[in-house]
Amino acid sequence: MKISELCKLIGATVYAPQDGNAEGEVLGAFASDMMSDVLAFAKNQDVLISGLCNPQTIRTAVMLDMKCILLVRGKVPTPDMITLARSNNIVLMSTKQKMYAVCGVLYANGLGAGEYNG
Amino acid sequence: MNCIHVEFEVPGNNFLSAGSASDSVKSTLKKLGVPSSAVRRVAIAMYEAEINMVIHAGGGRCYADIFDDHIKIVMKDEGNGIENLELAMQEGYSTASDDVRNLGFGAGMGLPNIKTYSDRLKIDTEVGKGTTLTIEVDFD
Ligand SMILES: Nc1ncnc2c1ncn2[C@@H]1O[C@H](COP(=O)(O)OP(=O)(O)O)[C@@H](O)[C@H]1O
Ligand SMILES: [Mg+2]
Repeated sequence: MKISELCKLIGATVYAPQDGNAEGEVLGAFASDMMSDVLAFAKNQDVLISGLCNPQTIRTAVMLDMKCILLVRGKVPTPDMITLARSNNIVLMSTKQKMYAVCGVLYANGLGAGEYNG
Repeated sequence: MNCIHVEFEVPGNNFLSAGSASDSVKSTLKKLGVPSSAVRRVAIAMYEAEINMVIHAGGGRCYADIFDDHIKIVMKDEGNGIENLELAMQEGYSTASDDVRNLGFGAGMGLPNIKTYSDRLKIDTEVGKGTTLTIEVDFD
């Protein structure tokens, strides 16, 4: 799925890149508020869906070479988070929708769960 | 054998900078052309150890030696040490506070993750003195 399409499907606000033009293609998503669980269980997913809104949300995505972070439940990223995302070329967006709804919509539109470890 | 040595201070009171040492080592390995699967294992193991330093030990210091075929990372802190290492290695065991959990860590997966993603792991810990993790990952 194109990140631009993902963005449209859930009506997200884009914070990174700066020009709001979210480019690129993603193949799978992982949803969790616990970063240790993302590190333990995510494998090749390139979208992180999370209600956790702090710099470590970005760091975790960087460690796993993820391309896109979608904050749910109306979480607004701090300037530090936006800077970190921009400098790592990670698309950072936010939606008011809840995690379950977001996952449902994206799954129904063809964004799968990718592969998992263990 | 070539060797690149890097060192980082990990401040104990800075949740924003936590992870920057791991990020830097990850970038270096990428630039050196280390296979991405190995880079990923290094990144995860070192990041979990770096976070542990910040949330459990008030910070510390990391030393990384990058060789042609593997990396050796030493994460040294002077925190309170780990009382029961066997327990600490179990998935889900955590003494983290609710504050830490609200930051997205404290799921008790850190040490098990480090063990899973590294090829060799040595933990020296003494209550009241501190903890030193020696993590090695082979590049293959
Ligand atoms: N560097 C450290 N210094 C002191 N205690 C530690 C350190 N690293 C881990 N621990 C202890 O081991 C437990 C398990 O660690 P870990 O598996 O990373 O889980 P978590 O960090 O989520 O609690 C921690 O809750 C803590 O009690
Ligand atoms: Mg931990």
